[in-house]
Amino acid sequence: MSAPLLSVSGLTKHFPLKGGLFGRSTGTVRAVDGITFDVAEGETLGIVGESGCGKSTTARLLVDLITPDSGSIRLGGKEIGPDLSVRDLRRQVQMVFQDSYASLNPRLTMEDAISFGPMVGGMAGNKAVALARDLLARVGLDPSRFAGRYPHELSGGQRQRVNIARALAFSPKIVVLDEAVSALDKSVEAQVLNLLADLKAELGLTYIFISHDLNVVRYMSDRVMVMYLGQVAEIGPVEALYAAPAHPYSQALLAAMPSMDPDRRTMEAPLAGDPPNPINPPSGCRFHTRCRLADTVCSKGDPGLYVMPEAGHLAACHIHVPGSGHRDATSRAGVTA
Amino acid sequence: MSASLVELENLTVRFHGERTVHAVNGVSFTLKAGETLGILGESGSGKSVTLKTLLRLLPENRTEIGGGVRVDGTDILKLEGRALADHRGGTASMIFQDPMLALDPVYTIGEQIAEAVIRHEGVSSAEGMARALDMLTRVRIPSPERRLKAYPHEMSGGMRQRAMIALALACRPKLLLADEPTTALDATVQIQILILLRDLQREFGMGMIFVTHDIGVAVEVSDRVAVMYAGEIVETGSVRDLIRDPRHPYTKGLLAANLHGAVKGARLHAIPGAPPALAEVPKACSFAPRCPVKVSGCDNNRPPSVVLGEARQVRCILAVPAP
Repeated sequence: MSAPLLSVSGLTKHFPLKGGLFGRSTGTVRAVDGITFDVAEGETLGIVGESGCGKSTTARLLVDLITPDSGSIRLGGKEIGPDLSVRDLRRQVQMVFQDSYASLNPRLTMEDAISFGPMVGGMAGNKAVALARDLLARVGLDPSRFAGRYPHELSGGQRQRVNIARALAFSPKIVVLDEAVSALDKSVEAQVLNLLADLKAELGLTYIFISHDLNVVRYMSDRVMVMYLGQVAEIGPVEALYAAPAHPYSQALLAAMPSMDPDRRTMEAPLAGDPPNPINPPSGCRFHTRCRLADTVCSKGDPGLYVMPEAGHLAACHIHVPGSGHRDATSRAGVTA
Repeated sequence: MSASLVELENLTVRFHGERTVHAVNGVSFTLKAGETLGILGESGSGKSVTLKTLLRLLPENRTEIGGGVRVDGTDILKLEGRALADHRGGTASMIFQDPMLALDPVYTIGEQIAEAVIRHEGVSSAEGMARALDMLTRVRIPSPERRLKAYPHEMSGGMRQRAMIALALACRPKLLLADEPTTALDATVQIQILILLRDLQREFGMGMIFVTHDIGVAVEVSDRVAVMYAGEIVETGSVRDLIRDPRHPYTKGLLAANLHGAVKGARLHAIPGAPPALAEVPKACSFAPRCPVKVSGCDNNRPPSVVLGEARQVRCILAVPAP
């Protein structure tokens, strides 16, 4: 197997909470706490999880919008920082945000918004404008109609197309889509998903697709990573994970999807209460406070990611680790739950 | 007394301002006591505006409402002053997407619920607090005695939503209006709230109108579903009929766009284009410009509402009426 395009190892970001007298530190938000994953060239990795699980912080760390406390990110084998400058990183990894309006400068026309980056990067003005018009056409917006428009003159779907075009202006290898279609209406969302699929095929892109919509993630992704309170709960091929989720949290998340069958409505909520606060997360396995299978070992030790029988499928649950001390561990070891 | 809890007859809502928006263009439906109607639509379809009309929450000075709105036999459009205040929170009550905006930040949850009960039922403040405690228990807030004295900011999102539901139901309304109450919640919390609303609706025997853009959510709570597009109901029917046999091209497109069971790698059957701006009253089928099965007649007149069966109607000229 060839080396992964993107390799993330032990990535950690904690935000200190300032408060009280003289702005003393009163706690730490453990937003991302030691996550490790790879992304192969040309694949789409979906990231799912609830609010506070660290999926957006992960996205921002990947494009160095925030600097990690520890851990490394390698792109094509080169480590960000020592081997690869942030400037070079951002040429290769671009991002599309959820809020299509906030991510565009209200005083720049669409043409200027897209050509701005390449011009800063040294491209001649007329070439950059030509590129911008070409990209507008590519995302399905007629340049003769849309090039001179301002963000407020476009609909949400059209603005998100512009944001995608802008992300493509550097011919990046990876595009990080952070809830990029979540704010769109369903009928428009489908159009943008089709566009993303087309662009990926045409340009050989790699996507990191972050969403809370499990249906959309299943449709878009090759592999999916489930996050919970700053850690990876489970990662694996999308169909295997959806068919047989190994981590109790992934099971609950999938079971919480509203039913599409009026005769088989969800009768019982898979989890009670809200996700805990990432400030002072629970000890041991962070999910143990809400887990129906929790045992004494769960509050003591971090299970770490354990390899499941299926290739590339890992889950962080004591139940799958033989000899972990969990009451069900031996009987169910190595068997997808 | 009329048989229906809610009767909407050809409701039209126009907003006047810098430009006029024809938000609702002839919506009619009825809701029986104890029934749940889901209103499904995208942003700008008029679903929330329709709901707010039932509590007269739209700004009076620039809203023009036409048609008939009756709730529990009362003409809502004629209500004034104290009668309107009695209606809001007494007969009909509403829950919103953002409980942080709906709850008052400077009063405790207990005080807010007690205030509503004292205002509507004229009870003592001790009785009001007792009702508040009872309501917090019914919405299954853990340690309700303690939460009675909590301020909204001290609670988690799911808990605040439960508190808002407790407030809305404190005076035993006959009608609960729910405006996307679970949209801002996490998936595992959303399903808890949906199940709670379903249980409470049965327990109190109230009618409920549930506005959402999420088909799955509508399926979880509704008996009947009305699909709105450009200020009109384009299709209505039992939740079963609508999911299994959608007839309007827009409903079909919406179901496909939900991606439930979509085949990976296959192109999505996306509805092209975007909804109309509603600067004027639609003269033809509003969906025609985006419709995959459009015929020449679609641009001429507004399609009639074709009755397909009991409580099943479609606004499409291609629909075949029931024999």
